[in-house]
Amino acid sequence: MSESSLLSVEGLEGGYGRIRVLHAIALSVAAGEIVTLIGANGAGKTTFLRILSGIEPASGGRIMLDGHDITTLSPHARVAAGIIQSPEGRQVFRPMSVEDNLRLGAYRRQGQPQADLERVYGLFPLLKEKRHLAAGGLSGGQQQMLAIGRALMGAPRLLLLDEPSMGLAPLLVEQIFDVIRTLRADGMTILLVEQNANAALAISDRAYVLETGRVTLSGPARDLAANADIRKAYLGI
Amino acid sequence: MLAQFLQFAMSGLTVGAVYGIVALGFTLIYNASGVMNFAQGEFVMIGGMVTVSAVGAGVPLPLAALIAVIVAASVGVLLQRLAIEPVRDAPPVVLIIITVGAALVIRGVAQIVFGKQLHKLSDFSGDTPLAFLGASILPQALWVLAGTVLIVTLVWLFLNLTMLGKALIATSANRLAAKLVGINISFILALAFALSAVIGAAAGILVTPITFTYAEVGTLLALKGFAALVLGGLGSPLGAVIGGLLLGLSEAFAAGYLSSTYKDAVALLLMIAVLLLRPGGILGHAGAERV
Repeated sequence: MSESSLLSVEGLEGGYGRIRVLHAIALSVAAGEIVTLIGANGAGKTTFLRILSGIEPASGGRIMLDGHDITTLSPHARVAAGIIQSPEGRQVFRPMSVEDNLRLGAYRRQGQPQADLERVYGLFPLLKEKRHLAAGGLSGGQQQMLAIGRALMGAPRLLLLDEPSMGLAPLLVEQIFDVIRTLRADGMTILLVEQNANAALAISDRAYVLETGRVTLSGPARDLAANADIRKAYLGI
Repeated sequence: MLAQFLQFAMSGLTVGAVYGIVALGFTLIYNASGVMNFAQGEFVMIGGMVTVSAVGAGVPLPLAALIAVIVAASVGVLLQRLAIEPVRDAPPVVLIIITVGAALVIRGVAQIVFGKQLHKLSDFSGDTPLAFLGASILPQALWVLAGTVLIVTLVWLFLNLTMLGKALIATSANRLAAKLVGINISFILALAFALSAVIGAAAGILVTPITFTYAEVGTLLALKGFAALVLGGLGSPLGAVIGGLLLGLSEAFAAGYLSSTYKDAVALLLMIAVLLLRPGGILGHAGAERV
């Protein structure tokens, strides 16, 4: 755990009821870093992000943001502290307009989010075109853009992206990763969970491999991308 | 003929407006929390009762009405905090039974505080009927209708134009996403209960000069409001109001043209017909079971 870690997780345990999904997870993300979590289905990636956002409780260990213990904070307090998640499966507010979805992303913030709204529309021009339509009528890819845009409206200090490319056409996947690259250039700190390990490792600084709830490997993304076991297990090479 | 029709229609709309507001109260709480609050009729009772008592104690009507609304809102928030919040993740049936129990408690307390007798509030602007195309219309009926339009409009504006209202809609649309954008769910649920209590109490104040009020009036109102909800479509605020008006009209016409003995039967037949032909209600979705 370096001193400059924005997020540091120590010995985190968690699960659902009596089923333990995560075992002694240790992980850190420094400001300005993109860190990827790779792992098979059911390894506990989504559970980990849900615990970071406070949706599920941790049953052990600590979560520190900027040196403050946030392990027991409520979900809305964590959003106020700057941990914002774009969840798996988009989870947009279907009956509400695209613009209302985006404005709700800034629910915890004071003042007018107009500048941020324009910035999100700049990243996703399609959303501006469709801003008065109900979010439920958008295609899967458009909903994914909306979910990421909504998270950005919260002015994240740490952006959690859960499977942003899942189920999207290759062209859209490319577009989503372009946006992540843009965010990276702007200095955004991102914790990324991705099935598409190839693309994720290519834009990340560091990565962690999660297997059945344990971190089995971690290091610079470039090293992991070159690791023979990783290539076989996750990169399909 | 026309005069008689108008007479029935007017009395149907007046009662229907109250059913509609009770149904709207059901809808606001159901959408936000998934709870069917059977203490909804008690808010109407509290609105009428507190106003009657305060006016009886010499408080001017507008202030008495304000006090009644505040009392009802407080009861609504207490109900959510003390009875619903501690068991928020319990199955719906358990939550429904809790609200039925809460309704019994509120009714019991009201009997002790206000007594068991009927209470009457004076009409807001006299009780001289206005003649309209041969029908005679009570000025208070116009108060009820205008008040209902105002209440429904204000609720609509709140839900659609304020950030807090949008947060309430967002919470009913997707609770996980609502948490992830930082909406304090427990606060929003308390708000839904308070809002339902406020509109219920307002309806109670408006209608008490016509229908009188008593400690147990909420039981029947909750049933009628629930029927209105089924008619209009579960989950749709507009459907709730339309369902209430339809129910009131059908009751009034049944009572007028057939016999007042059959008025509840006609309302129930209408409900059965809607359930058979359009199970989701008039404005609802087919198969309106929400998870």
